[in-house]
Amino acid sequence: MKLTMASSPHNHSTKSLSRLMITVIAACIPGLIAQVYFFGTAVLIQLVLALLTVSVCEAAVLLLRKRKVWPTLSDGSAWLTAVLLALSIPPLAPWWIIVIGCLFAIVIVKQLYGGLGFNLFNPAMAAYVLLLVSFPVQMTSWLPVNDLLANPISFTQQLSVIFNGFTSAGFSVDQLRVAIDGTTMATPLDTVKTDVAHHLTVSESMSKPLFNDWFGLGWGWVNFGFLLGGLYLLKAKIINWHIPVGFLASLILCSGIGYIAAPGTEPGVVFHLFSGATMLGAFFIATDPVSASTTNKGRLIYGALIGLLIYLIRTFGGYPDAVAFSVLLLNMAVPLIDYYTQPRTYGHGVKK
Amino acid sequence: MSEIKTLFKEGMWANNPALVQLLGLCPLLAVTSTITNALGLGLATLLVLVGSNITVSIVRNWVPKDIRIPVFVMIIAGFVTIVQLLMNAYTFGLYQSLGIFIPLIVTNCAIIGRAEAFASKNTVPLSAFDGLMMGLGFMLVLVVLGAIRELIGQGTLFDGADLLLGPWAEALRIEVFSFDNQFLLAILPPGAFLGLGLLIAAKNVIDTKIKSKQVVTPEVEKGPRARVTSLT
Repeated sequence: MKLTMASSPHNHSTKSLSRLMITVIAACIPGLIAQVYFFGTAVLIQLVLALLTVSVCEAAVLLLRKRKVWPTLSDGSAWLTAVLLALSIPPLAPWWIIVIGCLFAIVIVKQLYGGLGFNLFNPAMAAYVLLLVSFPVQMTSWLPVNDLLANPISFTQQLSVIFNGFTSAGFSVDQLRVAIDGTTMATPLDTVKTDVAHHLTVSESMSKPLFNDWFGLGWGWVNFGFLLGGLYLLKAKIINWHIPVGFLASLILCSGIGYIAAPGTEPGVVFHLFSGATMLGAFFIATDPVSASTTNKGRLIYGALIGLLIYLIRTFGGYPDAVAFSVLLLNMAVPLIDYYTQPRTYGHGVKK
Repeated sequence: MSEIKTLFKEGMWANNPALVQLLGLCPLLAVTSTITNALGLGLATLLVLVGSNITVSIVRNWVPKDIRIPVFVMIIAGFVTIVQLLMNAYTFGLYQSLGIFIPLIVTNCAIIGRAEAFASKNTVPLSAFDGLMMGLGFMLVLVVLGAIRELIGQGTLFDGADLLLGPWAEALRIEVFSFDNQFLLAILPPGAFLGLGLLIAAKNVIDTKIKSKQVVTPEVEKGPRARVTSLT
């Protein structure tokens, strides 16, 4: 038997970075399938565009920085950014939206700060906020689920919309958004918010065809898909439980208190959990190992504050959903959280 | 002569108020959404800087050290009021579009910084030249940033130049390319932060390039160095 001397740590995790990233991407698949089923194959077109753009951008920057391209590119972190961004933007957004987003995410947010491990902010979410602030019209043009469309369109037609702005029959995205009953559809979160502002109660708002009994058609299933993927990530020990639990518990608590206080204007716990990007945010975005807090106590605080901000912005803010803004704000707070939650090193700093 | 050369280099490049000292960022970030706005505010700041530098330099021997800061601020405020009234009279459109940022020139640290650091210690002609160079350096950065943001944001250059220069300047407007959608971020304040960051990065790159090109002269050993500061 050969005995080798190795320095600590002796007990390695066998997961390599690229396997980690590929697993996270794979865990997005249930949510992706739900999104494709309810909102059309255009999501896949955006996905391909995003993957191509990040690969080109990352390779270009690495060449400029005189680094080896393939080892860094194949760690998959850029591809994960692409997947998250493609899942977050409206499927029928014009092609240049996703290209600008990926360019910004990789070149400015990630590589200018020094590459993976040095970025202060979550690249996908920073890019999402850039797009939302710069192109509010395109970034809020979500279509209703396929079943409700007055003019359902095929894959080639979706391709035509993304690259030319119109289908071959001449429908623009705005016209496509018209549903069977002739009204333009917004997302469930947006609809509830607008209706409450117009003095409707939530139950009146949710009797619209956009909703089933609990949450928006389609959106609930998309969130359910991401929840499934997220649970797999927890089981595979890719992510810690602290951030998602802090995130969801805080959102449940806040929306629960809100619902008890004002049942007429508050959509309640289930709606908050299964609308918008809640599950994607809780399991895939907030858990980014680089820009999130790194201590266990800090992770709980980080997640809980994101949940609180999401509830506050959804209820009182100007935007219908708030995962990106909340994550970015908390990214800024991470150094402070880490500073105050440093665990005690064994044998040091015992309280007297 | 060499002093003038040094002042020129300091103001325009090596000690540029916007790129190196990072002073006066508030107007720099707020009003550089177009070249016209940037040029207007740059000119206003330039006038105030030259005026205040000259005046501070004239009175420097009569102002007691203890109350010099309030005196400097009063002088600057006087010049800002003059410039504000002039702009109100002759470039009313620009006066309106710059709004609160004209009176806010009073609080521009670049100006009080030069009064304190240079004008209060140097002769009148030198102070005037220093004010001119610092002002020009500041204006240059403003205009470049304004050009970048205007170009990315709305695809034009010199949009609304007639507000500053009179009706003939309408011909200056160049439509480089036209979008269906404005790139709002470039026009909003975050675009100014990103733009300024990239400009500073570009300056640092150029500095490093220049430094690496200079022939490194081997240092001559001058014997043991004596410690001039004491350890406390």
